[in-house]
Amino acid sequence: MDRHVDISLTVNGEKITGHVEARTNLVDFLRYEVGLTGSHVGCEHGVCGACTIRVDGRIVRGCLMAAVQADGADVWTIEGVTETGEIRALQDAFVERNALQCGFCTPGMLLTLAELMERKPDAGRDEIREYISGNFCRCTGYQAIVDAVEIARKKGASA
Amino acid sequence: MKPAPFGYARAATLDDVFSLLAEHGDDAKILAGGQSLMATLNMRLSEPEVLIDINRIDGLAGIEDAGDAIRIGAMTRHVDVEESRLVATHAPLIAAAMDHIAHPAIRNRGTFGGSIAFADPAAELPACAVALQATMHVAGSGGTRDIAAADFFQGLYETALGDGEILTAVSVPKIAAGWKSGFMELARRHGDYAIIGLCAHVAFDGTKFGDGRLVFFNAGDRPVSAPQTAALLNGRSWSDDLSEKLAASLKTELDPPDDLNADGPMRKHLAGVLVKRTLAPLAGA
Repeated sequence: MDRHVDISLTVNGEKITGHVEARTNLVDFLRYEVGLTGSHVGCEHGVCGACTIRVDGRIVRGCLMAAVQADGADVWTIEGVTETGEIRALQDAFVERNALQCGFCTPGMLLTLAELMERKPDAGRDEIREYISGNFCRCTGYQAIVDAVEIARKKGASA
Repeated sequence: MKPAPFGYARAATLDDVFSLLAEHGDDAKILAGGQSLMATLNMRLSEPEVLIDINRIDGLAGIEDAGDAIRIGAMTRHVDVEESRLVATHAPLIAAAMDHIAHPAIRNRGTFGGSIAFADPAAELPACAVALQATMHVAGSGGTRDIAAADFFQGLYETALGDGEILTAVSVPKIAAGWKSGFMELARRHGDYAIIGLCAHVAFDGTKFGDGRLVFFNAGDRPVSAPQTAALLNGRSWSDDLSEKLAASLKTELDPPDDLNADGPMRKHLAGVLVKRTLAPLAGA
């Protein structure tokens, strides 16, 4: 059986084709083949959340999905949602509240929180923490990250 | 780590799956949501020759009202079960379990049937299926058959699925009038595998308990029922005395394993804590 597969997908609104090893995961494909290094690779077994990306409108673990499974999919990474300005308020709030230090978890954290703000716009602090329970941050202690969501929501409401 | 090389076959129909399974046998693994499988491949705990991707087969996903049961397609994503009104109304035990299953990004991708067919003894859904006496719908090249949840789980990651068979859907009986469900698990971090968890499904007439089932997860090599302890509930109302009797009974009825998170005696103790915390609110206490 062929261990290489042709794929065609949309990444950040742009058509991309590739010829990948079946075992290549989606985040490695994005980093090494497409050159989008904003999605990070941490634990490689679905625990840390650094590789979080958006596939067909929902966040997924980039390390637990083969690139070949994204054939035909609509994929968005931190680069794409930054460029469109979709998560500007959240990014500004991260800066304002110092919700990052080393930045390794930040792309995954932002994409996860963007989904939270869309799906559960009224989430309380406990629910925010629960939503990011699958995203490890070893610098901030999460307090500032939760604050940033609240700040971004207030700005969104007044905008 | 990176997985060992494997071949990839995308099945378009169930017949594709059966012929691929016939061709590759034990060298093949079914790829559903992949949220457990890809992790084990990445850690090289498993090195299949071929993955058979069933994500694009029509008709395997979705939740429907089937009269006295709800039928949950094997490829239904956890997030869709979590958000389902049918599940919330007719299977509150499953609804309560959903947000304990890993984390949002994993629930967006992981599947109901995958979690059941993988048969991890620490997983929530196999225990829910046993507590609710669900029926597993299975298909193979020879036809379809149904397997009762209690017979489906046969050991550590072992099920009654035969060679060449896959799980296609699960039927969950709708909760009957006068029955209540309770779900609780103890985990170090929300979304992590539980140290131990409980699915309780019991009759309660407003004063006294009737028949019921208590099924624990991460308490053995498969979902572990505690029928002797559950029988103590019958005809009794909630009291501290009953709570102590249940906890004492669990200490003899359960034989949970030791691991890094807790040893057996600790798990037995926690089982009693879970029963108290789960049943007291069901009884309004």
